[in-house]
Amino acid sequence: MQAVIVVAIVTTIVFVLIHIAPGDPFTSAMDNPNVTEAMRARWRAMYGLDQPLLEQYVRYLSNVARGNFGWSFSMHRPVIDVLKDALPNTLLLAGTALVLGFAGGIGLAVIQATRPGSRTDRTLGAGSMFFYAMPDFWLALMMMLIFAYWLPWFPVAGAVDPVMHEYMGPLAALGDRLKHLALPAITLALLSGAAVARYQRAELLRVLPDDFVRTARAKGLSERRVMWVHVLRNALIPTISLLGLSLPVLFTGAVFIERVFAWPGMGWVILNGVATRDYPLVTAGVIVAAATVTLGSLGADLLYSVADPRIRGR
Amino acid sequence: MVRHAGVASGVIAVIVVVALLAPWVAPYDPIAQPDIIGLKNLAPSLSHPFGTDSFSRDVLSRCIYGARISLSVAALATAIAITLGTLYGAIAGYVGGAVDAVLMRIVDAALSIPRVLLLIAILALWNGLPLWLLVVVLGATGWFGLSRMVRAQVLSMRELDFVAAARALGASGPRILFRHILPNVLPTIIVAATLGVGHVIILEAGLSYLGLGVQPPSASWGSIIQDGADQIGAAWWISLFPGLLIVTTAIACNALGDALRAAFDPRENAVTMAELDS
Amino acid sequence: MTDPLLSVSDLRTYFHDGGVVARAVDGVSFDVVEGETVAVVGESGSGKSVTALSILRLIRPPGRIETASSIKFQGRELLQLSDREMRTIRGNRIAMIFQEPMSALNPVLTVGEQIAEVVRVHTDASHHDAWERAVEMLALTGIPAPRERASEYPHQLSGGMRQRVMIAMALVLKPALLIADEPTTALDVTIQAQILELLQRLQEQLGMAVLLITHDLGVVAEVADRVVVMYGGEVVERATVTELFDAPQHPYTEGLMSAMPRLDRDTERLVTIPGVVPPSTAWPSGCRFRDRCSYAWDRCAKEHPPLYSVGNEHESRCHLAVEPLRRSESHTPLTARVGVDS
Repeated sequence: MQAVIVVAIVTTIVFVLIHIAPGDPFTSAMDNPNVTEAMRARWRAMYGLDQPLLEQYVRYLSNVARGNFGWSFSMHRPVIDVLKDALPNTLLLAGTALVLGFAGGIGLAVIQATRPGSRTDRTLGAGSMFFYAMPDFWLALMMMLIFAYWLPWFPVAGAVDPVMHEYMGPLAALGDRLKHLALPAITLALLSGAAVARYQRAELLRVLPDDFVRTARAKGLSERRVMWVHVLRNALIPTISLLGLSLPVLFTGAVFIERVFAWPGMGWVILNGVATRDYPLVTAGVIVAAATVTLGSLGADLLYSVADPRIRGR
Repeated sequence: MVRHAGVASGVIAVIVVVALLAPWVAPYDPIAQPDIIGLKNLAPSLSHPFGTDSFSRDVLSRCIYGARISLSVAALATAIAITLGTLYGAIAGYVGGAVDAVLMRIVDAALSIPRVLLLIAILALWNGLPLWLLVVVLGATGWFGLSRMVRAQVLSMRELDFVAAARALGASGPRILFRHILPNVLPTIIVAATLGVGHVIILEAGLSYLGLGVQPPSASWGSIIQDGADQIGAAWWISLFPGLLIVTTAIACNALGDALRAAFDPRENAVTMAELDS
Repeated sequence: MTDPLLSVSDLRTYFHDGGVVARAVDGVSFDVVEGETVAVVGESGSGKSVTALSILRLIRPPGRIETASSIKFQGRELLQLSDREMRTIRGNRIAMIFQEPMSALNPVLTVGEQIAEVVRVHTDASHHDAWERAVEMLALTGIPAPRERASEYPHQLSGGMRQRVMIAMALVLKPALLIADEPTTALDVTIQAQILELLQRLQEQLGMAVLLITHDLGVVAEVADRVVVMYGGEVVERATVTELFDAPQHPYTEGLMSAMPRLDRDTERLVTIPGVVPPSTAWPSGCRFRDRCSYAWDRCAKEHPPLYSVGNEHESRCHLAVEPLRRSESHTPLTARVGVDS
């Protein structure tokens, strides 16, 4: 299918990048003077880095297809294991933020669209514009400053309390997780929610003058029912495609936010890999990220066809 | 709407002018470290409106000089992206057929990689890039979306009457493309450019924050934020002000871009009545 | 004599935009008696659609029904009802169908759902019962295989069927009055006939009154009992349908009649009324039709004509009613003379 082709192309791009970059994992990763050139040569042979490029490429592709991403130098574990631990964390963060952001954004948009041009509308609109233009990492820093330092409502970093979590009962452990999830998720949600609110508001206002809305009113439906059942159902459809489009954004936002809050997800892992020149980890991270995004878009497309009956028939 | 665009342009103009006049406007030397013990990490005051950092450098001056880096990087990178995107999309849309299909598949694949991740990967592999190369890389990763839009427009315009007329008068392909079609695509490009600058400012700031973007001794707004990130609780002003500057500039770019888009698209204009002013 | 079902009195609906006021409906009065069909005829710009929307108070800002107006339905003053009370009337006691069935139906809900919704909102019927009523109604409007159709979406139906759905949706709660705004204009001629026939049949069955908005005199001749002709936001002639077609009094009505293609007469070319409807922001002084009228004289520019009584239940807003001799002095209308459409 198309998605597979896309992922294949991404893998190729990443592979090409790795191999035209200066040096290889062994020139700098082991800047230990005790490591001799002979040892480096041996390692290269062991990892197949002295083979012709094409062979390496083919081997790499087949490995990726089988889910074998190699060995992470910095983590001393198979890359796939590192990713297996990190991906759920990012999904949890991104997923929560997605739900919060979309629900919040849509709700806000409805409030705005029911009284366009009013003070409420303009204030909320200015607010969403404010958050929309914000660098994610800066917002994360500010949120941390305000809600973890000045008002110690939330913990500063991490996914769980590093010391106490193991000793907590199940309910407390859940609470602990939620408390750590709250700030990063809310930060991410604020950013995506702003974009959603702007988009959804424009869509709602576009649908409102449509004829069927007048029919709905002529049937004696309340303004609330008209808005939520009739207008929103129609205006929501393009927003669903926005869902697919916002996945890459969510991912990248997560990268920064994970860094600021030390949230152990994919972004955090990739950045660590970057810092330690752990190329297998970085490349695998990028590929998996791209694959997740592609899958997500596919899912969004599917949702879109389910939501719009005019498209379903085809 | 027009009012908003005016304010937005004004804000951008002020920032640009201040950046250009940095040597005359900045109260202190941005890299001077006069008194690492005495003047270190001072909170905002009259003599240092944005405070000082852990090297006793004046944050306001750093921000003013930082504006030069942030703005020029964003502007140049966007210019590169616009050029690449327009050319690529125009060719794909005009030539059509298999060429178009292949070109667009590549773009689709490129679009599926989150831009930041790609940049992180590239900048990590080639670290310590000189500034101009950073600009090129930023530009080279930002043209995919625009190429899709340009392609779509060129594709639809290709079949219009005025193109057939030009062809009948003997105009060649490239000539038609550049003199007839592209001027009509200009509004899209202008809007994309304006919004793009805003995006790149934020993007570059993020990369600099990670240490991958602008390298010391140059400092963009993002680098300054990174300086203050580790001591956010203690010296919050170091990270706060550059961030506010980024937000302001980005909002101004977005507002301007939105206003331009509304002005260019008459249909959108119909919807953008007073009620929609937001 | 019992009160009429609907009594519109001096209805004024103005649109305020900036400093400009568009007087779309400027003092319209008429009655509708139970069970009868009243047609409101006029060109676009005459204010007939706005009148219809005003009755159900579906006018949105910047439009506004001015305070002097009165709309009485079944003895109640509609303009004084709260929003909630008004909502119990819409779709329930007074229903409305519109011109474009495709855009007038919600594209993402099944037709059955849209009909059932009316039932559920106004009564406490269960989902199941409401659905059954919807299917019944579809059958009543002559849609084949109604149960299957009910689960379909508007885009899957033809134009004629969609209009039947609209009718089913409007009549499912057996309203006393149906307002039909150009119900057949967007349909093929053959379908038009079917829809009209359907409306008449249902009207008899349910004993309801119909207020039909149209510009098509052929339709009027078919179904109407009485006719209200509108021009320039006002009623310019009121009569029974036979009176109107036998002896139209107002020059505008005359013009409409002669513009109508007839098969029973030899006509060489179709006659049109010269000129265009003036904008509702600037009605001419005196008689609003004078620039397009073949009989106009100086009185028409100076004096705004009231509705003169010209016969049994027949009124005309034209000074010819009191100076009938002027009828022989026909001339080219002002707009035609100047040679420019104003």
